[in-house]
Amino acid sequence: MRYWKSLALLPLGLALGGCNLVVLAPSGDVAAQQRDLVIIATVLMLLIVVPVMAATAIVAWRYRQSNEAATYTPDWDHSTQLELLIWAAPLLIIICLGAVTWMGTHLLDPYRTLGRIAADRPVTPQDKPLEVNVVALDWKWLFIYPEYGVASVNELAAPVNRPLDFRITSSSVMNSFYIPALAGQIYAMPGMQSRLHAVINKPGVYRGFSANYSGAGFSGMRFAFHGLSDAEFAGWVDKAKASGQQLTKPDYLVLERPSANEPVRYYASVDSDLFRAILNMCVETGKMCMSEMMAIDARGGMGMAGVRNTLPLAYDKFAGRGAVFGAEPSFVAGGVCLPGDQVTRMAEDSSPTVLAPLDWTPLQGRGLERPSLMRPSKASFTGPTSKSNS
Amino acid sequence: MTVAMGSMKAGEPVFYVVDEHEHPEGSSTMLGFWIYLMSDCLIFAILFAVYGVLGAKYAAGPAPKDLFDLSLVAVNTSFLLLSSLTYGFAMLSMQQNRVGAMQAWLAITGLFGLAFLGIELTEFAHMIHEGATPQRSAFLSSFFTLVGTHGLHVTFGLIWLVTLMVQVKTYGLIEANRRRLVCLSMFWHFLDVIWIGVFTFVYLMGMLR
Amino acid sequence: MFDTADLTKLIFGRLTLESLPLHEPIIVGTFAMVALGGLALFGAITYFRLWGYLWREWFTTVDHKRIGIMYMVLGIVMLLRGFADALMMRLQQAIAFNGSEGYLNSHHYDQVFTAHGVIMIFFVAMPLVTGLMNYVVPLQIGARDVSFPFLNNFSFWMTTAGAVLVMCSLFVGEFARTGWLAYPPLSNLSYSPDVGVDYYIWALQVAGVGTLLSGVNLICTIVKMRAPGMTMMKMPVFTWTSLCTNVLIVASFPVLTAVLALLSLDRYVGTNFFTNDFGGDPMMYVNLIWIWGHPEVYILILPAFGIFSEVTSTFSGKRLFGYTSMVYATVVITILSYLVWLHHFFTMGSGASVNSFFGITTMIISIPTGAKMFNWLFTMYRGRIRFELPMMWTVAFMLTFVIGGMTGVLLAVPPADFVLHNSLFLVAHFHNVIIGGVLFGLFAGIAYWFPKAFGFKLDVFWGKMSFWFWTVGFYFAFMPLYVLGLMGVTRRLRTFDDPSLQIWFVIAGIGAFLILLGIASFLIQIAVSILRREQLADVSGDPWDARTLEWATSSPPPAYNFAFTPVVHDNDAWWDMKRRGYVRPLAGFKAIHMPSNTGTGVILAGLSTTMAFGLIWYMWWMAAGSFVALLAVAIGHTFNYHRSFHIPADEVVSVERARTELLAAGAKS
Repeated sequence: MRYWKSLALLPLGLALGGCNLVVLAPSGDVAAQQRDLVIIATVLMLLIVVPVMAATAIVAWRYRQSNEAATYTPDWDHSTQLELLIWAAPLLIIICLGAVTWMGTHLLDPYRTLGRIAADRPVTPQDKPLEVNVVALDWKWLFIYPEYGVASVNELAAPVNRPLDFRITSSSVMNSFYIPALAGQIYAMPGMQSRLHAVINKPGVYRGFSANYSGAGFSGMRFAFHGLSDAEFAGWVDKAKASGQQLTKPDYLVLERPSANEPVRYYASVDSDLFRAILNMCVETGKMCMSEMMAIDARGGMGMAGVRNTLPLAYDKFAGRGAVFGAEPSFVAGGVCLPGDQVTRMAEDSSPTVLAPLDWTPLQGRGLERPSLMRPSKASFTGPTSKSNS
Repeated sequence: MTVAMGSMKAGEPVFYVVDEHEHPEGSSTMLGFWIYLMSDCLIFAILFAVYGVLGAKYAAGPAPKDLFDLSLVAVNTSFLLLSSLTYGFAMLSMQQNRVGAMQAWLAITGLFGLAFLGIELTEFAHMIHEGATPQRSAFLSSFFTLVGTHGLHVTFGLIWLVTLMVQVKTYGLIEANRRRLVCLSMFWHFLDVIWIGVFTFVYLMGMLR
Repeated sequence: MFDTADLTKLIFGRLTLESLPLHEPIIVGTFAMVALGGLALFGAITYFRLWGYLWREWFTTVDHKRIGIMYMVLGIVMLLRGFADALMMRLQQAIAFNGSEGYLNSHHYDQVFTAHGVIMIFFVAMPLVTGLMNYVVPLQIGARDVSFPFLNNFSFWMTTAGAVLVMCSLFVGEFARTGWLAYPPLSNLSYSPDVGVDYYIWALQVAGVGTLLSGVNLICTIVKMRAPGMTMMKMPVFTWTSLCTNVLIVASFPVLTAVLALLSLDRYVGTNFFTNDFGGDPMMYVNLIWIWGHPEVYILILPAFGIFSEVTSTFSGKRLFGYTSMVYATVVITILSYLVWLHHFFTMGSGASVNSFFGITTMIISIPTGAKMFNWLFTMYRGRIRFELPMMWTVAFMLTFVIGGMTGVLLAVPPADFVLHNSLFLVAHFHNVIIGGVLFGLFAGIAYWFPKAFGFKLDVFWGKMSFWFWTVGFYFAFMPLYVLGLMGVTRRLRTFDDPSLQIWFVIAGIGAFLILLGIASFLIQIAVSILRREQLADVSGDPWDARTLEWATSSPPPAYNFAFTPVVHDNDAWWDMKRRGYVRPLAGFKAIHMPSNTGTGVILAGLSTTMAFGLIWYMWWMAAGSFVALLAVAIGHTFNYHRSFHIPADEVVSVERARTELLAAGAKS
């Protein structure tokens, strides 16, 4: 595999000189494995693409009209052997690629916990993952570190070689959380939680951004991702703590208002319930949390008693809902709705997690354990913390 | 159709039709209309699928069992089924060239359709009056859209029916009108089939949930 | 009762003077140019007294050939608009570095990339593909017209109405700022309260009616109206791919219609299908729209595959290799195209098993596609290849498309997609298959069938200029985007902070400029060909020594296509006729039954446009009035039972005699 990699990179490397092909030369183990898949798939396909291109050129040249010497068989239109060959050749490639895809997709599932820190270093029980809650706002990123009680805007930091457990959501519209050097992207969706497991192996400053167009300020939704040594990371946390800023729910409601190209900001303390409330769209006082709404729905709704109770359920906030024929929103905030803080944390942490085997040997080849087909669906929007349960 | 040409000897290949009959006009109409119906069916399939996804998103509001009046819907359903039956009688009369009987059956079909629409609108008005509007929850959005789209189809079917009755009255049971009557018949029965889906999937299963 | 403000609102809805972009110099300039051009055109038509001719012979025509040509004109005109958007984007991205904001603010830039996508797919690729199918399919199957000639006219005008609405958004109000698929919640009223998304919805809905009906029409035509002897397995490959494409249209456009209807209910009525509120589910929209969106890709590429099959076989002077496997490959692609939609959003987090299922089904599509590639290769093998323009495009396609196919399969590997999704690599990939596949195919088709439609060939010099500018320009424009994608650059960005990227964007900009020269050469080619039509004339009706039935009749074909309906014995019907000594009949002509022209299609489409405009701007009186009128005109049309006439035998005789003389003159010279 190493040889392939260097072989495939050689011409590109020559052509591109100093330019930073971060996707092909990442600094995190997950992205590195994804890069390997890109290269394996490319090489597998080149096996057939290069001969086809060469044959096209050769045949087009050899059988040109002016070449009277070439054979001409105007009625030859069938050959069973050739037909078998032209269906079998791509089929074989796709069978190989399909097997690689099946394994790679399961092994590199972003919902799956990490099995290794690097190619030669499996995860041990001592490697406690760092949980980072990510919120895509209009148009900036909020990162909350529940373990340290700090948060930052448009800057993300993580210690090298420590597994990272991102829980991602969005405040209003869809974005995509992407740090090319670290790992592949995953959508950030309002009212839903998606997850990403990754690790950064080399210290450095990397680019992160939103990879899904989200409106006017989209181009400025960039952040720096700092891969730091443990000591530096502790220093970074201290710096955040030293900022003295608080991030309470009212502060968040100010922060989430649309703004572009926001400077980096740190928060010394964060409301510990904030991420859950953002995810359930009930930061604002008086809004019903998604989780509560879903629990009520699962019990069969609230009957006619709840029919006019609409204000706590209207979450889209910036322009108001000005549908032409729509009913006026009702302002009867009935006693049925509890503010977010008092809501029971229903099944929140049962958000399904796929555990990777800590023994990493199967990836090397023989005896690879086939991923089970019967694994529970892990779609973010089917999890109990998200708002839909299909 | 003869495909031989006078000057050609037997056994020689024939490359064009000499003695061509005119294509009857509208020979593809049935197929075309059938394909259109299938595409319409796909729209309903999407609406059913959407209802399948959103049908339990009550948004802490009313659920089917709080809203639906099954006996009313049963009456409604029987009206629509009966209208299909009467349309069938109209088609039988058409084949026997009994224009008067056919028009009468068509009129009865139209009345059943109107009654169906009336009951449906009453049901809608009642729900909206109680606050169960299409805006109240995703369940109600998908319910009103699915049932309303069907109702809209019935409305257009009625407009078409009246138009055809006028055309038959004016021009008689000519070939073009027969073709149109068959098309409308397919459309009408198609709406019946869709309604059976709505009745089962939305109303009956909604009450069971 | 009303004060003035209320009255104004009642009449103009939310349309105000501020909705007209009078403060935007670029748009005002564009408008001035369009208005001047339009005025000049209008004046010229009036001066030369062409209105009557245009109305009688073109706008109201039900002749599939003329409708096909009008579709092509629409597609080429809209190509200019769509390409102008592309140039603006390339320029913006080439200069917006080092803190520069470029020359477009986000309000404009975001409209530009949305409009580029929408126009190129719906109003360039679709009309060009539909136009070619409309023109060629009835001729290839030996029919005199399509099954429903009036619907054909109506479909064309509905497509045009959609294009008119999109163009309207340039000067009145604005277009959507959401990306070409308008994902909610961004496209919901809460986040896009302006008219842009409404323009988007109604343009696509109106055009969608046209597309769907033309799909129904062509399926019926192919199923019902084939010449005697032409069994399904004797149909030309282009007809086969057209059949599959139209099946895809009929089976996928209703999904788009339904999804957009639900989105418009969300926006107009306040329902909660795709909102964040009240249990709505925005991600359902993403699923539904791609259930339409992926087949749409094949709707475009399959006819191109058909064109390449016809061209390869004709210019290699050889039967198509593996006809049966070609047909099966087409059908397999048609079916599989419904099983892959989720590969457009692997990054939504659907779980590894779902993702790998859709990844693998996507890869499986490359098997029949690969088989097709080999079929063309073996058709060329042991042939006598004439490198005329259509064949040049075909070879360029074969070399370019495999790269796009390869990157496509790469993107089908979910973990690889995680790092490349939404990047410029993806943008490069789909331009690689759409330009390298669909567009090259369309140019091959235009060069191939132009002499059939007009009786003279296209100028070769300017054709080659266009070919080389397009091909080289394509590589310059999109190879840098592959590189940028691997550098982790995402799509739809307006400004950049990394100066090392700029050089690649500049190269891509140069590529876009080369493509501009390619488009200019194409237009010059048409103009030059018209001027040199005497030298380029083809009287034989079969300038390429081709193989299928459309070449059996004159160029341009008479209104009735074939004086006698042909009888087919072989899948290369015309080749077979030529070889076995077919003699053109010179006597025995009969009167021919043909459909009559009607203006109803134009009127209905015009009313649909005003209805959509009323809905977009909340001018309810206009929407309601147009709707009632629409209904009345449609019902009124059904009271017209006289929709056909006979071309008298005398006229057929004189047309055929003229052709006999031409052929004799051609043989002499």
